[in-house]
Amino acid sequence: MSLLRIDSVHKHFGSHHVLKGVDLKVEAGEVVAIIGRSGSGKSTLLRSINGLETLSDGLIEVDGERLHAGQTDMRALRLKVGMVFQQFNLFPHLSVVENVMLALGVVKKMARSQARECAHAVLDKVGLSHKLDARPGQLSGGQQQRVAIARALAMSPKVLLCDEITSALDPELVSEVLAVVRQLAGEGMTLVMVTHEMRFAREVGDKVVFMHEGRIHEQGTPEQMFGAPRSRELAAFIGALGG
Amino acid sequence: MAYQFDFSGIWEYRAELAAGVVHTLALTGVGTVFGLLVGVVGGAVRGWRVEPYNRLCGLYVELIRNTPFLVQLFFIFFGLPALGVHLNEWVAAALAMIINLGAYTTEIVRAGVQATPRGQMEAGLSLAMSRRQVFWHVVLPPALGRVWPALCSQIVIVMLGSSVCSQISAEELTFAASYIQSRNFRAFETYIVTAVLYLLLAIVLRHLLNRLGARLTNRDVAKP
Amino acid sequence: MIEFSIWTILQYLAQGLGWTLCLSLLAFVLGGAVGGGILLARIATYPLLRVFARGYIEFFQGTPLLMQLFMVFFGLSLLGRDVSPWVAAGFSLTLYSAAFLAEIWRGCVEAVDRGQWEAAASLAMSRWEQLRHVILPQALRHAVTPTVGFSVQIVKGTAVTSIIGMTELTKTGSILANATLQPFTIFGMVGLGYFLLCYPLSRLAHYLERKLNVLAAH
Repeated sequence: MSLLRIDSVHKHFGSHHVLKGVDLKVEAGEVVAIIGRSGSGKSTLLRSINGLETLSDGLIEVDGERLHAGQTDMRALRLKVGMVFQQFNLFPHLSVVENVMLALGVVKKMARSQARECAHAVLDKVGLSHKLDARPGQLSGGQQQRVAIARALAMSPKVLLCDEITSALDPELVSEVLAVVRQLAGEGMTLVMVTHEMRFAREVGDKVVFMHEGRIHEQGTPEQMFGAPRSRELAAFIGALGG
Repeated sequence: MAYQFDFSGIWEYRAELAAGVVHTLALTGVGTVFGLLVGVVGGAVRGWRVEPYNRLCGLYVELIRNTPFLVQLFFIFFGLPALGVHLNEWVAAALAMIINLGAYTTEIVRAGVQATPRGQMEAGLSLAMSRRQVFWHVVLPPALGRVWPALCSQIVIVMLGSSVCSQISAEELTFAASYIQSRNFRAFETYIVTAVLYLLLAIVLRHLLNRLGARLTNRDVAKP
Repeated sequence: MIEFSIWTILQYLAQGLGWTLCLSLLAFVLGGAVGGGILLARIATYPLLRVFARGYIEFFQGTPLLMQLFMVFFGLSLLGRDVSPWVAAGFSLTLYSAAFLAEIWRGCVEAVDRGQWEAAASLAMSRWEQLRHVILPQALRHAVTPTVGFSVQIVKGTAVTSIIGMTELTKTGSILANATLQPFTIFGMVGLGYFLLCYPLSRLAHYLERKLNVLAAH
């Protein structure tokens, strides 16, 4: 059985039909890259998996935890799904280590010392154990995004969602963040990422999903998708990127 | 007709003045703590538009902000007994201050809450925190930091405004001054000294609140 | 106890409301005039003037209006004869409003970009000409909203003058409450009276803020 199952998911924003019946399965340990033009619904799809958008219709299931249309309490689902945002969204009033510890204490009711230990471990993993007491504002964009990854990882999610996590970064800071993601992929973490980094998608992705006008238009291995696109739309999309 | 100033008749009433200062500070302290509490709850309701409480809070805020504190005080002290609610002067004064400050801080906190970037809340939610936890740990601390100067000003204004509580015989600083001038017949001097005491209180209070704010917003505000 | 018809009560309260309105207008106009003077002193190049203005503002913002009222009332009476509540109330409300308006307007002047002063100076304007032709017209835009907002504080502030015997709305209410033994209704109506004066002003300030923000955004 798949770890993540998306079953004919629809999403309307008012009269705007953003997701028009999306089906997708992700196996444990798989790395899925979602590509497509802006407005194709890829970010909305990702946010739906975390319950940040309510479904208009359809079903999402992660590791046995179901999310129905109209459901309002998403917390059980969110315990299984971590999310990293384009704009980092670190908590500005907390230090780096406190950012990671907050949900461990508040949600998982972990004792402070234990939470601190756990935070140290994940921050070490993203290479920031020397910045524990810094404020988010004192860090570079790349460092902030690595803290955000650590914050999500600390909750030990089954799936990690990455929403264009390098798009807000200066070009020279992109690689340090991608290195962390590459490492996670290597360790067998299940990743679903919306990305514009085609080369990276090709390198670490097990599966590439092309979204077009609210639907999954084509999906396959990176070799198929980039080497031999079947649809005109995908070929045009890849061609427009010059890749 | 040169008037001879004489402040000597005030020194002998220093105990009364000191008691007045203490009572004014006590009233302000109670008003501040509970008024802020009202403001945080009201600010959350208004900032997140929790219906139907949002409308109710809006009505409360507008009613209080558009009527004088003195009339609110009279309404509570003289008016409520008609409904069978008898309050002594201290409780009435404190209640009026809490209700008054609560309305202003509701609007101030609301502004701070609404200035929170959406992504902050989404990050909290994505970590499986409940809306209440997100408000308490993610939204509120930086929101209070943002609006702290406005809160300080409002607290000082309420402290100064408490001087009209003398009109329901709450024996705070202004009441003490009125008592003293009725004894020493040196009204002008007595009120000058009292005004200076208020000025010092305002300066010290502002200073303390600023330091408190710096501590609150700097470190360890939201220890889980 | 005298029996008052609701009609008589309303008539008295309306009269009190009228006096509250008069006193508010007086304080606003005179306070604005004096406040303009304090503002000029506050931003003057001459340091003594600035120190005076700062002290003035600090004092009137840092002491209760009731204290100011008592000081004026008893201070003036030292000069001999009886002081009418009108004089004392008008005088102290003027001084009080002047301090707040000067401080509000100073903020508006400082919100004007420093480069504007320099540009005006580079055109060989005197300090007064810079202020009058370049800075104040721009500061005025920022000033409208908070000034209207402060007018609400003035209206509410006039209630305190009831304590020295001004028969405005609050005092009328106190007298009626004692006479009718219906403090709940009377003070409720008094509150409503202030609300009728203040709420439109609050809405106006809110409206202006939005409108000016929209204008500034374009």
